[in-house]
Amino acid sequence: MNYLTLYNNQTVSVKDIPEHGYDVFLEGNLQLLKNRPERHCVNYFGVKNNREIRIYCCIADDLTHKIYVSSCVLEEGSSIASFTVQNHNFEKFEREIHENFDINFTDHPWLKPYRFANNKYNKDLNVGDYPFYKVESDELHEVGVGPIHAGIIEPGHFRFICNGEQIMHLEIQLGYQHRGIEELFIQKSKLIERVTLVENIAGDTTVGHTTAFSNLYESLCETSTSDALNFSRTLAQELERIAIHTGDLAAICADIAYQLGNAVFGRLRTPIVNFFQEWGGNRLAKGLIRPGKINFPFDEALAKRLLELFKAYESDFNEMVEEFFSLPSVLSRIERTGIVTYDEVLEIGTVGISARMSGLSRDIRLSHPCNLYGNTFIHEPLLKHHGDVFSRVQLRRDEIRQSIEYCKKLLENIPQFHKPENILFVPGEEKFTLSLVEGWRGEICHCAITDGEGNLKTYKIKDPSHHNWMALAQSVRNNEISDFPICNKSFNLSYCGHDL
Amino acid sequence: MFENIKILWHQGKQFIPDVTKAKVPGIFRGRPVISKAHVDEGSLIELCPTKAISNNPFCIDLGKCTFCGECAIQFPEKIKFTTDYKLGTNIRERLFIYEDIDSPIEVNPLLVRKEIHRLFGNSLKLRQVSAGGDNSNEWELTASNNVQFDMSRFGIDFVASPRHADGIVITGPITKNMAEPLQRCYDAVPEPKIIILAGTDAISGGIFADSPAIDRSFLNNHFIDLFIPGNPVHPLTFINAVLDFTRKKK
Ligand code: SF4
Repeated sequence: MNYLTLYNNQTVSVKDIPEHGYDVFLEGNLQLLKNRPERHCVNYFGVKNNREIRIYCCIADDLTHKIYVSSCVLEEGSSIASFTVQNHNFEKFEREIHENFDINFTDHPWLKPYRFANNKYNKDLNVGDYPFYKVESDELHEVGVGPIHAGIIEPGHFRFICNGEQIMHLEIQLGYQHRGIEELFIQKSKLIERVTLVENIAGDTTVGHTTAFSNLYESLCETSTSDALNFSRTLAQELERIAIHTGDLAAICADIAYQLGNAVFGRLRTPIVNFFQEWGGNRLAKGLIRPGKINFPFDEALAKRLLELFKAYESDFNEMVEEFFSLPSVLSRIERTGIVTYDEVLEIGTVGISARMSGLSRDIRLSHPCNLYGNTFIHEPLLKHHGDVFSRVQLRRDEIRQSIEYCKKLLENIPQFHKPENILFVPGEEKFTLSLVEGWRGEICHCAITDGEGNLKTYKIKDPSHHNWMALAQSVRNNEISDFPICNKSFNLSYCGHDL
Repeated sequence: MFENIKILWHQGKQFIPDVTKAKVPGIFRGRPVISKAHVDEGSLIELCPTKAISNNPFCIDLGKCTFCGECAIQFPEKIKFTTDYKLGTNIRERLFIYEDIDSPIEVNPLLVRKEIHRLFGNSLKLRQVSAGGDNSNEWELTASNNVQFDMSRFGIDFVASPRHADGIVITGPITKNMAEPLQRCYDAVPEPKIIILAGTDAISGGIFADSPAIDRSFLNNHFIDLFIPGNPVHPLTFINAVLDFTRKKK
């Protein structure tokens, strides 16, 4: 099977993407992935044109930095064999295509609703009608949690099947957060409207998503990305990682009732997010990253502030981390809790921390670098191997330290910032662009396709959580139900990023 | 033991002693002020992503504004954002900012229901409902109770069950898929109860206002006690608004 080869943020002509019959498309793509852990599907989606659905499959190769794209045309309502039965990575992708376009994957093992999207094919489908897996047994019981949870958390429904205190199975139903972002993206044509939408995909990953969009849009409109923009995006991504990882450590402490850790990590996040406010006026970096310009120049004074801040942060952080990892009462709660093995993450197709925790090296910063990654520094992904809460916590600790080093490196060479100017963005006609960014959770993928007039025909967003929710469900099996909260926190996945 | 004491010692005092007077660092975008300068109002209105700016009279609606700052960057002679983070009010119209008016946004105590001060003045338990929130407001509401902002010192807490709550705090534009769970959560809160809208998305729908995937009918059927703008709401904005609303001015 032939496919089009492209690199991260490269714009190509839609016409150059080869079209295949479904059998060839299925076999060819599965062959590409077979026994190749360095390859995985970064996006698989349909675009509707009357009753015709064109499916695009985008497979990234981490070693060659290439992305292989191919397509296939299906009729709405057709019944076909699934990818999923041979490769579980496609499980969610195919559910989405089924939900939106009524394509029936006849041998899909789990063809359930995906997010109860507004543009779903079956309008009678209601979010309350999710068909949960059931077991007939007098010994087992079910526990239903949500959609509203016992805290300040986004909604989603968790259904446990338990044997006493032990979890046998967890099924996670999402969709409650669906706001119709992808549809709005087409309706709203102003750049500022679109970037505002992107900032709202997942507010905790504002930098990750706005960077993916800005890189993509600049490529699609054939405008260059200045040094100042690359610098800002790289620095902001690493700061976002430090801030959220620190907050996650606090949240994990809260869930094991370790108050000191909760208080200290919780307050250590503040200077980092406040720095975003000093730089761009918003603690979550909303308004900071924009295509073609940055409204808030970075200068020596800010660099000095950031270095001071790191100095204070590091001494408190190190002291707290050392204490945390030396406490038997902490370790006994997180070691060997919520394990997902290498084979399992590979089968599920996780990305980001949820892959690196089990020895699967997936990190866009190295494999498909953009902005200043692979330029100012070559990123070295950090790996753990046990796939338990402990590994996820260790990864956060180590990634925070690594990100601080990266920021310091970036600060050695601050580029010239110019006055922000609004440049006119005109997307190319019949183009396809794919953008990958390593957000703090993992790989973010945005794809845009334009029509003959250069209008956006499709804007496809994939948050890393798309891949990773299944890993959470897997991790809690055979654990006590009381360990569910720390398992959940140690993944910290996005509901809104999934539901869009 | 000694390690713990050492850590505590190194943390020093973290809490903000007076949350009503604290200064926020940097260039926070809080309450804007608008000058009488003549500019190209047409393009100014056009550039706003959420149609928060209108003319005749010229006005910014903070219930719609995402605080992106674009208007102030492009028309600095017309619009300036101050660092005033006190943005909460019980009157929706109070969020309209007009030309040449630089006065604080406040809760009008005369319009606060009588029982509020008496019942909730010293203790207020809230149930948070994220209904399409993007996890930024949720994040800041959690931060409101960290050791720095320490909201629970005022007796204000977020609780797990609506049955333990005195009211709900809604974030997000209210998706269709959350409309029913939201209603059921509200119904489970015992009377008397309050509704707080936290964040631009909750107050007006924000950038999602015209999305077919949202359903805001809940808001048409209930009295809203407090509007707290922000994208996301700053912890100090939230704490001050709630204090202003529940406590009688001395
Ligand atoms: S800051 Fe508010 S009023 Fe100004 S452009 Fe942005 S959303 Fe509109």
